[in-house]
Amino acid sequence: MAGLQIRNVEKVYGNKFKAVHGISLDVKDGEFMVLVGPSGCAKSTLLRMIAGLETITAGEISIGERVVNNLVPGKRGIAMVFQNYALYPHMKVFKNLSFGMRLQRRPRAEIESGIGHVSRLLEIEELLDRLPKQLSGGQAQRVAVGRAIIKKPEVFLFDEPLSNLDAKLRAAMRVRLTSLHKQLKQEGLSSTVVYVTHDQVEAMTMGDRICVMKDGRIMQVADPVTLYDRPENTFVAGFIGTPEMNLFSARLHKGASGASLEIGKQRMALDPSVMARLTLGDAGEVTAGIRPQHIAPAAAGASNTLEGRVSHVEFMGHEIYLHVVIADNAFIVVTQSAGFDRAKASEGAMHFTVAQDALHLFDPVSGKNISLGS
Amino acid sequence: MTTTALSAIALETERTNRMTRRLQRISAAVRYLILAGVGLVMLYPLIWLIGASFKTNAEIFADPGFIPKEPTLNGYINGWKTSTPYTFATFFWNTFLIILPKTVGTAISATAVAYGFARFEFPFKKLFFATVIAILLLPNVVTRIPQYLLFRDLGWLDSFLPLWVPSALAGDAFFVFMLIQFLRAIPRDMEEAARVDGANTLQVLIFIVVPLLAPAIVSVCLFQIMWTMNDFLGPLIYISSVDKYPISLALKLSIDTTEAFDWNRILAMSVLALAPSLIIFFLAQKQFIEGISSGGVKG
Repeated sequence: MAGLQIRNVEKVYGNKFKAVHGISLDVKDGEFMVLVGPSGCAKSTLLRMIAGLETITAGEISIGERVVNNLVPGKRGIAMVFQNYALYPHMKVFKNLSFGMRLQRRPRAEIESGIGHVSRLLEIEELLDRLPKQLSGGQAQRVAVGRAIIKKPEVFLFDEPLSNLDAKLRAAMRVRLTSLHKQLKQEGLSSTVVYVTHDQVEAMTMGDRICVMKDGRIMQVADPVTLYDRPENTFVAGFIGTPEMNLFSARLHKGASGASLEIGKQRMALDPSVMARLTLGDAGEVTAGIRPQHIAPAAAGASNTLEGRVSHVEFMGHEIYLHVVIADNAFIVVTQSAGFDRAKASEGAMHFTVAQDALHLFDPVSGKNISLGS
Repeated sequence: MTTTALSAIALETERTNRMTRRLQRISAAVRYLILAGVGLVMLYPLIWLIGASFKTNAEIFADPGFIPKEPTLNGYINGWKTSTPYTFATFFWNTFLIILPKTVGTAISATAVAYGFARFEFPFKKLFFATVIAILLLPNVVTRIPQYLLFRDLGWLDSFLPLWVPSALAGDAFFVFMLIQFLRAIPRDMEEAARVDGANTLQVLIFIVVPLLAPAIVSVCLFQIMWTMNDFLGPLIYISSVDKYPISLALKLSIDTTEAFDWNRILAMSVLALAPSLIIFFLAQKQFIEGISSGGVKG
C-alpha cells in the first residue's frame, strides 16, 4: 500500500536537451493516475524514471515513504506493462509469469498458487503452456498484465499498453483494466497505477485523475470532469474533448451597457455571469474557447447570435458535425441529428447561439484560462 | 452475345492459360537444370575426393572418373596408422583439445563483450569499439611476429595455449562484431522487463539475452569450429612436437616424411578430416542460417 511522490524531477540528455522540466506530482495510494500528452511530451520518460529504467538528473522520486532514486528497478516495488508486451519469447506463459518469483527463489507452492490466482483473474489458464508467439495480441496483453499483478507491486506502471491492439479489443481491455483495478482495491492489494497514453479517450475513461503534459511540463492535473469543464489553459482545452474545443481570437469590450465580445466584425453581448468569472478584468485581446457541443444552431428569432457559413456537414449517426466559418475562424458545431434540417445548412449562412456558461476566455499570451472564477 | 461466342472466348482463354502453364514449366525445368549443373561442378572435387579415397594408388592417376574400379579400404587403414608412432586418433584428439576450449571460450567471451558494447554506456566506449573494428580490418599476418614473441616469453610454445587463449578472451573481433550487430536488432524491452522483474545484469544476460542470441551464438561456434579445423598456420608456428599435432598438420606430415607418398592415404585422411565439420554443420544448419541472416527475433 503506497502512493507515489515526484518532487521537482528533471531529466537532461547529454548536458543539452532538457526533456523533463522540474515535474512534481503526487499519486495517492490506490489512485489510477493517467499521464497523457502528445508524442514527445516526455510522459514515457517520466514513467521510465519512476521505474528506474532511466536515470534522474535532478529531483526525487519516492514510493511509499521510501526515496527510490538510487534503487534498481527490481527493488522499487513496481511492476511495468510495456507497449509491445515484452514477454520473454523463449519462455512459455507459465515461466513468463513466474520469472520474477523464481529469481527471488520463492517456494514452488507460492509460485503455483500465485499463477493460479492471476490466470483465473485474467482468464489465461489455457494459455499457460504456450509460447508468446502462439498468443494473439489481446492474450499477450493479458499475460503481460498478469506478469505485473503476480508481483503484488506497490505501484503499477503502464506504458501505452493498449496502443498495439485494434479498436474493438482496446475498448474491451479498457473496461477490463478499470474493473481489475477496482478488484485489486477491494482485495486490499496495493493498486496505485500510473498509466501513460497519448489517447485522451483512454485517459478520460480510465483515470481517477489525469496529468496532462506538454514538452516535459505538467499543464494540469485534475479529475476528468474538472479537466473537461475547467481547463486551466488553451493546451488542455484543446487536447481534451472530441472534437476539440473551438479556440479563436476575439476582443473583449467593457461598456456602460455591459460587456461584449468582438469576433471579426461580429459582436456578442456577454452575460454578467461570464464577467463575474473573469479573474483578469482588463478589456482587450483574448483567446476565446467554446466546445463544439456548447454552440448550437440558433432558434428562429433568437437574439445575440453569431453568423456563420456552413462549409461542410459530417453525419456521424446520432450527431452531426457542422464545419462552420465564423468571421474567418473555423468552427466545429456538434448538433443532434434528429430534427436537423440539412437543406437549411446547405443554404450557407446560419445563426448560432453560444452557451455562455461554458464559454472560456484565455490570456492570449500565456494561454491561461482567465474565466475560471476564484 | 450468343452462347457460342461466349464459349469460343472461354476456349481461347483456356488455351492461353494452358500455354502459359507449359511455358512456366519449361522455364522452371531449364532453371533447375542450370542450377543442378553448376552445383555438380562445384561439388565434383569433393565427390572425386571421396571416390578416390577408395581407389588404389595406381588408379588415382590413371582414371579421372570418381567410381573406383577395385574399391579398397587400404587408404584408410594405412592412413590411420600414419608413418609416425601415433595413429590419427591422437591427431583428432589434439584437434578436439584445441577446438573445445576455443569454441566454448569464444561463445562466452564474445557474448559478454558484445552485450557490453550493445547495451551499456561506459567511458571511451567509442574508442574501444573503434579498436575492435581496427582489429577486424588488420591482416592476421601483421600480428604473427609480435604474438609469437609474446607467447615465447610466456613459455607457451609447443602447447595448445597460444591457439585458443586469445580467442577465449574475445580476441576474435569478427565474432564480437557479429554478435553486437545481432544484439542491436533485438528490442531492449525484454531486458527492461527482466530488470523490473528483479534480475541483475548477469541474470539478464544469462536468462534473457543468451536465449535470444542463441542462433547467432550457434553460428559463432560453427564458424570457430570450422576455421579452427582448417587452421594450418597457427599450429605450424606454435606446435613442434609431433604428438601434439592437430589434423591439419598431420595431413601434411604424411606428405613430408616419405619420398614417394601414397595419395590414397592422404585422400582418405582428408575425407575423415572433413567429416566432423560437415556433420556439425548439418546438425546445426537451421540455427546457423537463422544466425547469419540476422534479426532473427519475431513478435
